Amino acid sequence: MSQNVFSNLMSQLKDRKFTFTGELEPEKTTNLAEVIETANKLKRHVVACNVTDNPQSFGYVSSLAASYIVQREAGMETIYQLTCRDRNRIALFSDLLGAAALGIRNVLALTGDHTTLGDTPQAKPVFDLDSVQLIRMIRQMVDKGMDLNGKQIHDPPRFHVGGGVNPNARPLEPEIFKLEKKIANGSEFFQTQVVFEIETTRKFFKEAKKFNIPILVGIFPLKSYGVAEYFDKTVPGVHVPRHLLEALSKAKEIQEKEKRKAKCSEINLEYFTDFIKEIKKTTPAAGCHIMSVGYEEIVPPLVEAAK
Amino acid sequence: MIITVQKPFEEVLRMLDSIEDVFIIGCGECSTLCHTGGEEQVKEMAEKLQKEGKKIVGAIVVETPCDARILTKDTRKLSAEIQKSGAILALTCGVGVQDIVEHLKKMTIPGLDTKFIGQTERIGEFYERCRACGECILFETGGICPVARCPKGMQNGPCGGMYDGKCEVGRYAKDCAWVLIFNRLKDLNMLDLYKTVKDPRDYSKLNVQPREVVWIKVSNP
Repeated sequence: MSQNVFSNLMSQLKDRKFTFTGELEPEKTTNLAEVIETANKLKRHVVACNVTDNPQSFGYVSSLAASYIVQREAGMETIYQLTCRDRNRIALFSDLLGAAALGIRNVLALTGDHTTLGDTPQAKPVFDLDSVQLIRMIRQMVDKGMDLNGKQIHDPPRFHVGGGVNPNARPLEPEIFKLEKKIANGSEFFQTQVVFEIETTRKFFKEAKKFNIPILVGIFPLKSYGVAEYFDKTVPGVHVPRHLLEALSKAKEIQEKEKRKAKCSEINLEYFTDFIKEIKKTTPAAGCHIMSVGYEEIVPPLVEAAK
Repeated sequence: MIITVQKPFEEVLRMLDSIEDVFIIGCGECSTLCHTGGEEQVKEMAEKLQKEGKKIVGAIVVETPCDARILTKDTRKLSAEIQKSGAILALTCGVGVQDIVEHLKKMTIPGLDTKFIGQTERIGEFYERCRACGECILFETGGICPVARCPKGMQNGPCGGMYDGKCEVGRYAKDCAWVLIFNRLKDLNMLDLYKTVKDPRDYSKLNVQPREVVWIKVSNP
């Protein structure tokens, strides 16, 4: 980890305070009012929010523009997600300088989902760099003030760079080696893919704890039975525990909308409070990254309950 | 070898719409092995075109139509027929088509789609194994190519789209190239190669731009 602290996120991680981050997903619009509103709701409950970069290869408003506007309008620190899918190294470098100029201080460097999985599968995939190489490029920009070819940057950017890691990977061994590569190349923190089971989380940390690097466990509160079923059936390696699925399935039968919502919140709060407490107690996780797109009302009571 | 498949016959007919006299050239190498442009396929194509009212003025399977010397030698005695034709239909890969255009100076229609450089498991079952990127990295990857076999061309390990050793692109039907590489290097006791971070590739030297290999010309002027 570098010595300097440029962001609230890094400050909390350095203080070894159990840290919560949130997630904002700008969509196919030029109007960021909704994202700003969500950021306002999450403020004071999470230290910073990721702003997703065309997730699952769906074309949305730029994560750079949204990160800047969220910081300016909501006063919420952002973790600017940047993927290698849509940009070659020149564009990545250029967007990073732009991000620094706009006051963004955290970057999550990702390879990005493949183009064929999204809503514009005809697009040419770029993948000029991969995530490890992107992390290394950012490090070089920050630490040495240089581009990839060693050319000097006037007034270099100040960023903290993070990476992704998948505790559900099977086999896990190549993923752990890759985590090590990202750390060796200067990634300062990690956020994981969604995990629902404490056992998977523990198994992962058994391998990852030796690196002594801040890792935030990705959790995804389930707004409805439909969302839970979708995860369970379509995201390989991600299993929603049976009893949680069954509880949400029962709640689905409640006719009255308000009561149904209340029941779902109760189920989520119970499950995820326990889950976060277990993570705190039995793993060296630095915190949790709560992905609650479309279900942000769960975040304040959850963070409060898990304290 | 170069893997080819035949274009749909309707597409061939559409390209030959205004042409009456057709000369067919097949390939004695890759397209013969793919069963797309050998003696048999040239004969079948001639028959199908005749049924559609085309006149076949001549046909030949050139041993290697991608080699200008062999192409010109093999077709020399048929130059009258070729000149008489309205177009050549080439049952060859894209290199063959272009060699024919350049040396026989005749409108040439591709009868095949060129797919990739591949390995043949059996006829009709081919696997892409090389992208001809221009700088081979197979030593570092245990002899398994991530350029050809990873949809993202990852260079430092599997991405988040791997599960159970399979790739999310194509709905987990294909192996993740990086899990194959990892396992191979582990078996070979060469995991240090996996741990080494690969530099970004130098695309100024790779196959984005058209390339020519001229070393033979240089050493034997």
